[in-house]
Amino acid sequence: MNAETKIPGLETEKIDRIASDILRPVRINKVFIIWTAFLFIALAVCLYVYTIQLRKGLIITGIRDFTSWGMYIANFVFFVATSLVGMLISCVLGLIGFKWITPLSRIAEIIAVAFAAIAGLVIISDMGRPDRLPYVFLHARVQSPILWDVTVVTTYFVLSLLLWFFPLIPDIAVAKTRLKGRPAFLIRIYEILSFKWVHHAEQYKILRQAVKILILLIIPTALAIHTVTSWLFAVNPRAGWDSTIFGPYFVSGAFVSGTSALIIAMYFFRTNYRLKDYITDFHFERLARLLFLVSAVYLYFNLNEYLVPAYKMKKFDAVHIHELFTGDYALLFWVTQTMGLILPLILLLFKRIRRPLPMLIIALFMFAAAWLKRYIIVVPPQGHPYLPIQYVPEEWMVYRPTLMESAITLASFLLVLIIITLLSKFFPVIPIVETAHEEKENEIK
Amino acid sequence: MGGKKNKNKAENTDIQQTLEASRRDFLKKAGISGAAVLSGAAAVLAGYRHEKSKNKGEFVKVLTTDNKLVKIAAEEVEGYEPGLKELQKRGREGIPGKKWVMIIDLSKCRNARKCIEACQSAHHLRPYEYHINTLVMQESVNTPAYFMPKPCQHCDNPPCVSVCPVDATFKRQDGVVLIDNERCIGCRFCIAACPYSARMFHWEEPVNAQADKDKEYDIELNVPQKKGTISKCLFSSDRLRENQLPYCVSACPNGVYYFGDENEDAVTNGTTKETVKLSELLKQNGGYRLMPELGTQPRVYYLPPKNRIFDFDQDKPREEDLII
Repeated sequence: MNAETKIPGLETEKIDRIASDILRPVRINKVFIIWTAFLFIALAVCLYVYTIQLRKGLIITGIRDFTSWGMYIANFVFFVATSLVGMLISCVLGLIGFKWITPLSRIAEIIAVAFAAIAGLVIISDMGRPDRLPYVFLHARVQSPILWDVTVVTTYFVLSLLLWFFPLIPDIAVAKTRLKGRPAFLIRIYEILSFKWVHHAEQYKILRQAVKILILLIIPTALAIHTVTSWLFAVNPRAGWDSTIFGPYFVSGAFVSGTSALIIAMYFFRTNYRLKDYITDFHFERLARLLFLVSAVYLYFNLNEYLVPAYKMKKFDAVHIHELFTGDYALLFWVTQTMGLILPLILLLFKRIRRPLPMLIIALFMFAAAWLKRYIIVVPPQGHPYLPIQYVPEEWMVYRPTLMESAITLASFLLVLIIITLLSKFFPVIPIVETAHEEKENEIK
Repeated sequence: MGGKKNKNKAENTDIQQTLEASRRDFLKKAGISGAAVLSGAAAVLAGYRHEKSKNKGEFVKVLTTDNKLVKIAAEEVEGYEPGLKELQKRGREGIPGKKWVMIIDLSKCRNARKCIEACQSAHHLRPYEYHINTLVMQESVNTPAYFMPKPCQHCDNPPCVSVCPVDATFKRQDGVVLIDNERCIGCRFCIAACPYSARMFHWEEPVNAQADKDKEYDIELNVPQKKGTISKCLFSSDRLRENQLPYCVSACPNGVYYFGDENEDAVTNGTTKETVKLSELLKQNGGYRLMPELGTQPRVYYLPPKNRIFDFDQDKPREEDLII
């Protein structure tokens, strides 16, 4: 009964070799314990700060009546954006038929799951009355984009979780007999989650169909989450938000931050989990091309979003454009646009740059720039409303984030890291069975 | 032969016509009686509902002068304090038959800020927390500066109401836009949506929180104010219910405000208590609304700052006076 059933069309030796490589990091070692302990302690500190916010109210943040959406909302947009990478890699590229995404798709799904899950928490941290969260469902109004957002983000999270988990089932079945020396609880979890998978051809057929359905569902859902998120701004009559291209503008920007996140994660797993044979230079070269493509599209939308109103200079648009190009936000704006978009686009043209380490550096810059860009989109348009800001305390005039709200924002990143750490440490981060299949196909060729 | 046939045909047609007529007649009668039955049923149902809703309303037991204990509808008792349920119900419905409207005469405002003080004291707000604020406005360098009191515009097409996810902010039948701070989740989407910056948020514990702790929440006064929720101008709905002018309107020493009912086409000046025809006032003074291009349809009208009765430059605050 314990004897492993043979996987149709694959030699046991090949599975053995690949499984032992990929399962090597699936163990609890000292580094892992120190790292998770650090994450949880840091998280505890940040959550303590959140309890202060619960007690005292949002007064501990820098947001006030005029700029009333600040770092929390910018961070929320960033999280939703980054989670879109799951859809881009597994669904879009997968459906087109690119085979090289095999070792990357699960990493992309982990990123999608982590960022989508925490996006929901980030938005709660911005609420004045988080205790009334159930009202969003109890007293739901269909007209409000918030209801649409809550609906699609939850849906996307569930679908992404399933897309991560379904292809994992055969791998768990392969792995459960190969976990000697691992903690008993982990082996027990594998036993349960393998769902008595026996590698029957019929099982694989059902799995393939299920995955295909998920992929087809995820594409429109992912487009919906970020389009609706952009509408949280675009539906308001405010210079800087009042734009008809916000949907595609946000989606194209999402692919930039998502792809950067994937490159950073790839580099990390490749070196720390010793997976250089599976995540190769070739994969970095492919992702460099992908990053170039999505960045070029994003640059195109940036041109439309900024140059068209800058040409007309309508009264309130002009105030906004001046603020970004030469005013208070000029430094932030130009650093973000050059370091996070234009310069990387030029660098990516060179073959020497399209290698792991340079790509990591570029991805780190673009990832940071992507966060700042959300801040630039969310904050400045509120600083200059149609009617002047007068007779208020001086600190209400301009939004300055406080240390406390930064700490609460940091908590969301810690939570993402915790989810990514746990999912990648306890489960194979690269698909075992799929990789074996692909290797075999390459041999035949 | 032919004639007979024709006659027969004619007779047939006659009969047919008669039949047709009687059928039409029947259908007509059936239709009328059907409609009558239906409307009767609807009336009965409406009556039933009315009675039922009456039963739902609050009743109180009172002692009459001849020592009899009687039960009567709570709203008919003078000096009766309605409970939260009743306050919420009538606050959300509004005052039937009214369409409140405010006119602000910019030629008379000299930034006395009495309206603001009255409002803040009625609604338990800090000096920098505004339901209404007076702004120093100047459209362009060559046009004169003027003072502009700015309450909530109580739009007939309110962007804030559209975006609210939980129906916390809503439009009443009498035109007033209110906020229910028993419902508000504090997402501040309405602040983002309002082009007039007319809304405020309780970032910290409201100023009178301790003193107001045990008060019943009146949605028409928005007191007690609550931390983590929105507050805004209410057109002093609690005063309107008592046939009084809003707090700001009554407090103005300069005759800036007119307030009244669009249905009656009459507005009353808060300072002089003079009642004038709304349509005439707007027509003779070139009344306008703020940012009509946004399509929000405000219920607040402005009269342009022409022929001002004071010297603006003398009253004008310096740049640094605009910061608290």
